[in-house]
Order: sequence, then C-alpha cells, then structure tokens
Amino acid sequence: MNRQRLTWIVIGVVFAGLLVVRGMTGQGLGRVYVQHEDVAYAKVETKSAQGAPTVAWKRVAEGGVADVRWQEWSAVPPKAWFEAQAKDPRQSAITLSWPRTIGLWLAAFFTLAIFSFLWADNVFYKFAEATVVGVSAAYWMVIGFWDTLVPKLFAALVPAVVQAHVQPSLRPVDDVQWWSMALALVLGGMMLWRLAPRGGWIGAWPLAFIVGVTAGLKIVSHVESDLMAQGLATMESVVAVVPGADGATDVGASVWGTLANLLVVVGVLSALTYFLFSVEHKGLVGGTARVGVWYLMITFGAAFGFTVMGRIALLAARFEFLFDDWLWLIDPNHLRA
Amino acid sequence: MVLTRLIPLWIAIVSGVAILVSAFIRPMESWGENFTDTFNVIAAIASVLGAGSLLKANLAKVSRRDAGWGFALVVLGTFLITLVVGLGKIGVHPSHDFPQADFGGKQESADTPFGWIYEFAMVPLTSTMFALLAFYVASAAFRAFRAKNLEASLLLGTAFVILLGRTFAGVVLTGWLPDWASGLRLENLSVYVMQVFNTAGNRAIIIGIALGVAATSLRILLGVDRSWLGGGER
Repeated sequence: MNRQRLTWIVIGVVFAGLLVVRGMTGQGLGRVYVQHEDVAYAKVETKSAQGAPTVAWKRVAEGGVADVRWQEWSAVPPKAWFEAQAKDPRQSAITLSWPRTIGLWLAAFFTLAIFSFLWADNVFYKFAEATVVGVSAAYWMVIGFWDTLVPKLFAALVPAVVQAHVQPSLRPVDDVQWWSMALALVLGGMMLWRLAPRGGWIGAWPLAFIVGVTAGLKIVSHVESDLMAQGLATMESVVAVVPGADGATDVGASVWGTLANLLVVVGVLSALTYFLFSVEHKGLVGGTARVGVWYLMITFGAAFGFTVMGRIALLAARFEFLFDDWLWLIDPNHLRA
Repeated sequence: MVLTRLIPLWIAIVSGVAILVSAFIRPMESWGENFTDTFNVIAAIASVLGAGSLLKANLAKVSRRDAGWGFALVVLGTFLITLVVGLGKIGVHPSHDFPQADFGGKQESADTPFGWIYEFAMVPLTSTMFALLAFYVASAAFRAFRAKNLEASLLLGTAFVILLGRTFAGVVLTGWLPDWASGLRLENLSVYVMQVFNTAGNRAIIIGIALGVAATSLRILLGVDRSWLGGGER
C-alpha cells in the first residue's frame, strides 16, 4: 500500500468517525424535511357568449372529483419538523425526504471531492470532474431543447403538437417566422453534416450564417449600447452643482463632484490614447498614454480585488453549506433552533 | 471553390448586412428578431455536435481501455442520465397554468430528477470549482505581485483598497480617522476608486472593445477578412 492511499484511508476513517459522533449528538445532521400538497384540477366545459364550447381548468379541493392529479413537495426547515413532532409524534404532514437527503450528502461529497484537489490530484477529484463534464454538457443540451427548440422551432413547424403537450396558450406564428424556422432546421441539419466522414463543406454554410449574423448583431449592439452610451455618458457636463440640505449650492460637494467628473474625462481620453496604436507613443501622446496606463492599472487592480472577493464569497457559501446545511454545526438562519 | 468559399462568403455577407440594415429600417425590425431566433435554433442544434464529439472521445477511451477509462465511463453515464431525464421531463408534474399539458411543467424544483441533478450535483460542483480559484488567485497574486514600479504599485494598492474597503477590516483599520479626514477612510476611498478611476478605465476599455468589434465585424461583412473560411486570408 503506497503512502498516498494510506493517507486517504486514514483521513476517510477519521472523517467517518467524526460524522458518526456528530450524528449521534444533539439534533444529528444532514437531513431534509418536506411537506406535501395534493394538487387536483377538473375540466369544466362552458359556453362562450357566442355559444362556442370552451374548456377551463378549475382547481378542486382535496378529495374532490378531478381529471388531473399530482403531488408537490416543498422543503421545510428542520425546525418545522421538530415542532410538528413535539405536538404529534405520529404526524405525517412533514416527513423526511430521502431523495433530498441523499442529494444533500452527495452535494457534500462533491464539495469535499473538489476541495481535495488543494492537497493533490486524486481519484475523488477526478470522479467529481468527470461528473461535472457529463452533467453540464447534458444540462445545456436539455436547456437548449426545452427553452429554444420547443418554443421556437417546434412551435413554428408543429404547433398542434406543442399546443397539445407543452404550451396550450401558443399563438399561431406568421409566415416570416415559419420560414425563418424552416431555414434554421435546414441549416441546423447541414451543421450536423460535420459528423459525417464526407461533404465537410456542407457544414460551412450554416457556419457562414452564424458568422454573418453574429457580425451584424455585434456591430449594432456594441455601437449602440457601448460606444454611444459610454461616449454620451463621458460628454455630460463636467461642472457638478450639488444642492445642500438648505437648498443652496453645497460648494464643497460641488467642487469635489466637478473634480471627479474632470478626472473621469481625463481618464477616458488618456486611456483611449493608450489604445491608439497608429500613432507612436512619444511626446504629448506618450505622456497622455502613460496617464492612461495608470488609470488602466487602477481598473485592473479593482477588477482583481472584486474577483478575489467574489471567489471568497463563493468559498464562504460552500463552507456555510457544509457547516450549516450538512453538518448542522452552525445555524445562522435559525432553521433548527 | 464555389461551394466551400464563395457561397459561404455570400451567406455571411447577406445575413450580416440584413441584420445591420434591419436595425435602421422600422418595417424590417422584426427581421433582426427572426434572424436572432434562427441563430439561436442553429446554436441549439449545434449542441448535438458537441454531444457527438463528447460521446466519440469518451467511447473511444473506454473501448481502448486508456488510462482513466473509468472516468470516461462516469462522463458517459452522467451525461446520458441527465440527458434522458431532462429531455423526457421524467417525474415532472404539469404546470398550474396548463394542467392538461403533460409536458408543460417546469423542471427546476428538486422534486424532479433533472432539478435534483442540478441542485445536488451541478450547483455544488461548479460553485466549489469557482470557490477553489480563491486559493489559486491568492497564491498566484502572492507570488506574482511585486510593487517594483509605479504601475505595479497602483495595481497592488487599488486591489488592497478595494479588498479592505469592502470588508469590515477596512472600517477597523481606518475608522479612527477624524471626520474632516473621513475621505481617507478605506471604505470611502474604495467608493472613490470605483466611481472615478475604475469608471474611467472601464469606459475606455468598453469603447475600445466596441470599436474593435465593429471594425472586425465590418471586415467580415465587406469580405475583407475571410480567415474564418479556413485556408488563410486570400
């Protein structure tokens, strides 16, 4: 047995021991409780003012005659289960959810598996990594299917099917939409031709469409929302007039405001000068570009600071998940006390 | 040549110019939306290509019994399970708006197998991976950041001002400053940095990017840049 395997076994045994101890003390750990709701709908046929039959769906009370029924489960804090048990130990309104509890433990395992990479690459990390690749690839395919293909493509080409099974409120599409979706289907099919061993050029046509549309969209969106909007914001009046509490002008705040506006204009122009590569950065242009570099360095420093803070916030959230949701060692939201 | 270069070139030019023109002519405004929908549908269909490539690579790994083929099996298994439960909307109840539509329900809740996978596998895995970067960013910064000139000092100083000014540490460190010097307190300094210097720097970067994107897009639409066709610029 090599040293790494021995270390993992020791860590695993110690950790499992601590979990057992934690599970047998206090309120235990890592359980999710749910309460269920019976949902039932009945079909009600009525007639409109013109005498045409219309169908409406009305929610019916529990035990009523219904055409469609299902159950919904919503998570409740463990405190609700403790209170319900204290009142009536045989209650069944709030119950332990095995699927969600198993999910919670799986999430804790995945979290620790990813963190284990801090020590060294290992089998747990590799397993978690493989899982994230498989799950996220399929996740985005499913989202693309239900959020794009069904409401756009299928709704245009087979509206009756979509109306019957997915979205009864679907409105009929016009001719332009139908043709654009038919074009999308043809181009999409041509795109899949890339999987075939021959006729690679067929896949270039939809790619050309994507390149052209992206170029057209990007010109409009970047010029409109970035170039124009940011340019206009910079061209606003530099002089700031800040009213004080008594309604008169607050001289100090106005001077600071004006100075801040001036610094923004100087910063934008000098940083843009730095991006001007068709002129040699010498003399006045060089000096201005140097000031621009200072501004850019401050911007990058701020971006770095925010990136670190964002990551640390995520780290804190993962620790909160482990210590609060899973191990029940802390209770900042008073979910158990 | 005609099939591989000329026709694709004209498809790109016509579709791009149509989008561009539709933004300026009111009766053609809906063209832009339709083209965007067409683009989104092609992109969604193209995800099948990605899936095909993923399956091909991992199946080859498994069949050859390459090193780590077990993990390729995990990729395939998790991919197929998520795909089947997601596309089939397995375990999803109808929506309250349309109880008669059997596939009309949402699958975001952890009640559904797809929602369960999202909540208990995808969220913890992806957020922990990003959280892990906190250690690496801090470690890389410790090794790489040296205040050896004015530019590096500005970057380092701003990062510290932002990090300290946005946390309680900043309040503790500079809270003793009197009111007349309150502008030098870290929490106020970080606000100034964000409102003035960061705004100016970001504005210049955004304007620069917009000009760059517009120029590159125009080169494509005018047929000057043909590198995307492959085989080099001609």
